[in-house]
Amino acid sequence: MTAGTLGRFSVKRSKPWPETWVAAAFLAPAALVIFLVVVVPLVRAAWMSLFAIELTNPGVEPFVGLGNYITQLTSGAFWDSISKSLFFTIVTTALELSLGVGLAMLMDQPMRLRWVLRSLVILPWALPTIVNALMWRWIDQGSYGSLNALLTQLGFIHDYVPWLSQDTTAMWMVIIADVWKMTPFCAILILAGLQGIDRELFEAARVDGAGSSDVFRRIILPLLTPIILIVLVLRTMEAFKVFDIIWIMTGGGPASSTQTVAIYAYRTAYQSYDFGQGAALGYIIAIAIMLLAAIYLWMLRRTGSTES
Amino acid sequence: MIRFSAAQRGITWRLMGVATAALLVASACSSSSASPSAGPITLNVLLMQQAAYSASDIQAMDAAFTKANPNITINPELVAYDSLHDKIVTAQVGGNGKYDVILMDTPWPAELVKANIVTDITSKIPANFTTGVFDSAWTAAKYNGKIYGVPWINDTKFFFYNTDMFSKAGITAAPKTWDEVEADAKLIQATGVKYPITASWKQAEAVICDWTQLSAAFGSSDFVDASGKALFNQGGGLAALTFMKKLLDEGLVDPASLSQTEDDVNTVMSAGQAAMALNWTYGLSVMNDATKSTVAGKIKVAPSPGEGSVTTSGVNGGMSLAITTTSKYPDQALQYALFMASEQSQEMDVANALPMWKASFDNPSVTKNNPDLFAAAKIEFAGLVARPVVPYYTKLSNALQDAIQQALLGNKTPQQALNDVASQLPSFQQ
Repeated sequence: MTAGTLGRFSVKRSKPWPETWVAAAFLAPAALVIFLVVVVPLVRAAWMSLFAIELTNPGVEPFVGLGNYITQLTSGAFWDSISKSLFFTIVTTALELSLGVGLAMLMDQPMRLRWVLRSLVILPWALPTIVNALMWRWIDQGSYGSLNALLTQLGFIHDYVPWLSQDTTAMWMVIIADVWKMTPFCAILILAGLQGIDRELFEAARVDGAGSSDVFRRIILPLLTPIILIVLVLRTMEAFKVFDIIWIMTGGGPASSTQTVAIYAYRTAYQSYDFGQGAALGYIIAIAIMLLAAIYLWMLRRTGSTES
Repeated sequence: MIRFSAAQRGITWRLMGVATAALLVASACSSSSASPSAGPITLNVLLMQQAAYSASDIQAMDAAFTKANPNITINPELVAYDSLHDKIVTAQVGGNGKYDVILMDTPWPAELVKANIVTDITSKIPANFTTGVFDSAWTAAKYNGKIYGVPWINDTKFFFYNTDMFSKAGITAAPKTWDEVEADAKLIQATGVKYPITASWKQAEAVICDWTQLSAAFGSSDFVDASGKALFNQGGGLAALTFMKKLLDEGLVDPASLSQTEDDVNTVMSAGQAAMALNWTYGLSVMNDATKSTVAGKIKVAPSPGEGSVTTSGVNGGMSLAITTTSKYPDQALQYALFMASEQSQEMDVANALPMWKASFDNPSVTKNNPDLFAAAKIEFAGLVARPVVPYYTKLSNALQDAIQQALLGNKTPQQALNDVASQLPSFQQ
């Protein structure tokens, strides 16, 4: 095959396309899809959030400006759901990160059948969220769940506890389910960071008389900070907009004790037909997540510049 | 970096152009194929998989319809009840409006009509339907005097009890009042059953159905009056919630009930962990299923108890098949709905759902397998109480679900919890 032919097709020689054009051509279909399914709905939602759009009043869509945002920001139910989201986010992220670091350290130790441990650890993360949620809903069920049976047999409790039916315990059970599923994700990312650390640093520290806790506090943790911050950003964003695992396990109950802001937004838009308020809520959640991400990225950049 | 020859770049450029054009054409085609086809068609149908007809029941009915109408293929989609309302809204309003027929619950006609999701079929309903079907079944199909659905499911919650546990406690008959339920529960608890009553009081529509049923027993018939003023925070509604809280405080109702749906109630009863419960018709066959239940054959059904002058009470759990405004084949969709609701289809299997035809209740070949169920149904169907058919129903239901649970958990008194919802009512009605 010579230049100017491709297989049995002869191609007319013409001025070569600049490579940026070729790249643009490759990207065009994907860009079009992203434009249609991301950009258009985003703009549409922003537009809708400025109108009072209730599906039960079709054709009546008065412009309310920032009215939907003001209504939500002055609503007790909204702030109640925000506090639930923040609690869920802070507790799950803290637990997942701490346990993730511990698990990563364990998986990093030289031991026989280490690959078996790594495979087992990743299993919960590999499970679809819906399966995980249904499984924990069954485990936590107050009448026939296995958690009560286990705790009773071990002598920790005498009476069955309706874990998902009490407003004091339901959120904790949802948190446990989320931590069980997402800790492996944190552990795998942190393990990747851990394996990038030069082992000679550990040996040098030990030669200088450093104990295991010194090595962990003064070498491992500082060097893991960038990856920990990345995991922190990812988990915070995911946890703040949590919906599926809670929806399946408790539906936001009992007595709205697990109604996070995403569930509140869903109820507003799709159960109460209030698309204007729902769109405003969507934007409030997005802005809150962007703010959190900006803070973390600033911290990440600061860490990077300190290291350099 | 990959380097491209001039020829490769030219071909790539053309291929990308073709791909982009194809994408545009495909999207254009998908939104412009609106004209009805004379050839074989497919009807997309949205139903539920929980109470009433099972997936295999529906499959058999669909097969019978397709056999009679070879040009029409049915594409059924079954979702859990708690997803049904939201699926309808997202698909028909937020999505592409793919469904031709949807299953509509009793309180939904008002909001689905106002949201322009379902079609008026008043003039197309055959005369035998208007005279032959129970009046209660029509509640799920009507709004403002017009018909928007073909009644398909006629259901209410019945009282199920474990005969072994009753016998052990020396009880010989099912309770006829809720005071008797309380007294019987105490006798059964004395025999060693931790929680004699299990219930579906999750923060979902399930708790509204149970509370409505008890409200009716305690004398209430309407949530709101004709002027839209709250009635649920007084009389039967208040008495029912106070009674529910009392049963919980006395330790007679399993506290796990606050996170249970009707399926959980079936599981608890099937495990022999509770002696009595309210549930839809399908509960009887599930709890007596020898392959899944440890108490198969021991669960009996009775009319739901009343209280005082009320002999029995039942929440209207009827559902209808509605034709969507987006359907390209409304005539065929109606043909399908009428077939599914016909006497012939309804009498195919009465294990999970009762027929809504009055004549079926006098047909021995239909009633012979479940005489107790038909006897209980005949009594309850005479006076079912409906949840309000108002456009703001879902907002009201969500607020009431939260309020009822606040009261059951002791965070608010029943009066305070219901009053709080009553004070929100005007904002729902705006």
